[in-house]
Amino acid sequence: MPKIKTYEEINQKLKQGKAVVLTAEEVAQMAQSASPAEIAEKVDVVTTATFGAMCSSGAIINFGHTSPPIRMEKIRLNGVPCYEGLAAVDSYIGATACDPENPAYGGAHVIQDLLEGKDVVLEAWGKGTDCYPRKHVRTRINIDSINEFTLFNPRNAYQNYNVAVNTTKKMIHTYMGTLLPNLRNATYSTSGELSPLLNDPDLRTIGLGTRIFLGGTQGFVVWNGTQFHTTRPKNEYGVPVTNAATIAVIGNLKEMSPEYLQAVYYEKYGVSMFIGIGIPIPILDEDMARRVSINNRQIETSVLDYGTVGMPKLEQVNYEQLQSGFIKVKGKKVRTAPVSSLAKARKIAGELKEWLEKGQFELSKPVQIFPQNTSLNSLKETEVEHD
Amino acid sequence: MIKKRYILNFPPQSGDKPLSYQLVRDYDIRINILKAEVYPGKRGSLLLELQGKKENIEKGVKYLTEHQVICEPLDKRIHFQEEKCIDCGNCTAVCFAGALTMSKKNWKLEFDKSKCVVCELCIPACPLHLFEIDFR
Ligand code: SF4
Ligand code: SF4
Repeated sequence: MPKIKTYEEINQKLKQGKAVVLTAEEVAQMAQSASPAEIAEKVDVVTTATFGAMCSSGAIINFGHTSPPIRMEKIRLNGVPCYEGLAAVDSYIGATACDPENPAYGGAHVIQDLLEGKDVVLEAWGKGTDCYPRKHVRTRINIDSINEFTLFNPRNAYQNYNVAVNTTKKMIHTYMGTLLPNLRNATYSTSGELSPLLNDPDLRTIGLGTRIFLGGTQGFVVWNGTQFHTTRPKNEYGVPVTNAATIAVIGNLKEMSPEYLQAVYYEKYGVSMFIGIGIPIPILDEDMARRVSINNRQIETSVLDYGTVGMPKLEQVNYEQLQSGFIKVKGKKVRTAPVSSLAKARKIAGELKEWLEKGQFELSKPVQIFPQNTSLNSLKETEVEHD
Repeated sequence: MIKKRYILNFPPQSGDKPLSYQLVRDYDIRINILKAEVYPGKRGSLLLELQGKKENIEKGVKYLTEHQVICEPLDKRIHFQEEKCIDCGNCTAVCFAGALTMSKKNWKLEFDKSKCVVCELCIPACPLHLFEIDFR
């Protein structure tokens, strides 16, 4: 019977400073000469990480009440629209929100400004009622003046992602960067063997309640992410060869660091936010050891033509090829470039490893596993009568 | 024959001297004007590519300098706010001159300014807008 470790046992070892923690890159290296059984014996936790643009992110903010109070029915933060349908002074600001007049400054920038301690102008309007007589407020707020400031991201940390190319004659501007015409470059976005959901492809240890590194502090996985897709084709090593599972995460922005959250603006595309996420994976048994042993050669992904409607798949490549600087697409040698930061992902994996080794981070067992056998609907358009 | 790029800053009074004509005639330098901002009676600036024999280009630049034209090799004028870089790699996707590359060792951005051909593609490609071509 192969040895099985429990969360409690691993946490006990972490507390005593006796646990062996490796990053996913270190364990992939170790797996060149060690079997999964040996790895399961020697290693307790493996840290994974990513630092990339994650558009489906945002913050919950409670502004506090004015006197007399107002029910904020239209809200702007530095001119960026925020959600107004949450009681009187609660709001949610999405990372990609912006005033169309000023598309280069969006919700992500507001979040970053607040995080960096800057003042932000809040303007809000209400219709005025007995409970909330005030109709307008315009004032400055900052990270200390607001009550809750919670990062809540409905879809982060994609398990694998496409490679983007462009076969057309026109340059295109995408969230995967600038794609030059005629297959002159290819961009890819995950951290490969260091990427969280690729190291636990069946999500055995990543579920509701998993404690993670989020933006420089400890946060949680709170649901499956939106567009959660678990039935994508998988390769012989059990990893999906295109975008698949995702996670929803939450954490206290007041504890986060601007080093691990970065607002960005892609020319002719829009605003997004780089989010730093690190996930510890407990090596419960040989199966988990085998999963985290995966290396860049074994992780494959699909090369899609972003210039053509329907984004046809042109090729399947692995991360070793992508990181080498060139891939072959339709017989042509194409230069590759990353669009997420492996350097920063390594830093996060290293920092999380340190927290674990110092006994400052406790692993949590998911209170619920995410759904299996999910796929996606597209939006079917039907006739709607005018009234 | 070599090619070199310079940013030339003209003082206000030099506007009507046919300096570029001298360069062509006396030093056999071919001039390619990449960008020009000239305001009559005020300071003006030119982004030039000079093509010719190395010693002739040096002589030509000396000649210009003697006529109160400030000549700066171009690499001094590309600003990159390195300290804000997050090493995402977006700029390397468009830099075909090979000036911007990711280090295969630590995956940090490396910028070899001597290879830059001022194509300016990196300016919109960087999602943090860390590049500026300072052309005054
Ligand atoms: S201007 Fe062009 S050549 Fe120079 S660094 Fe930018 S992309 Fe590279
Ligand atoms: S695109 Fe900007 S932030 Fe990204 S690596 Fe290049 S300079 Fe750094």
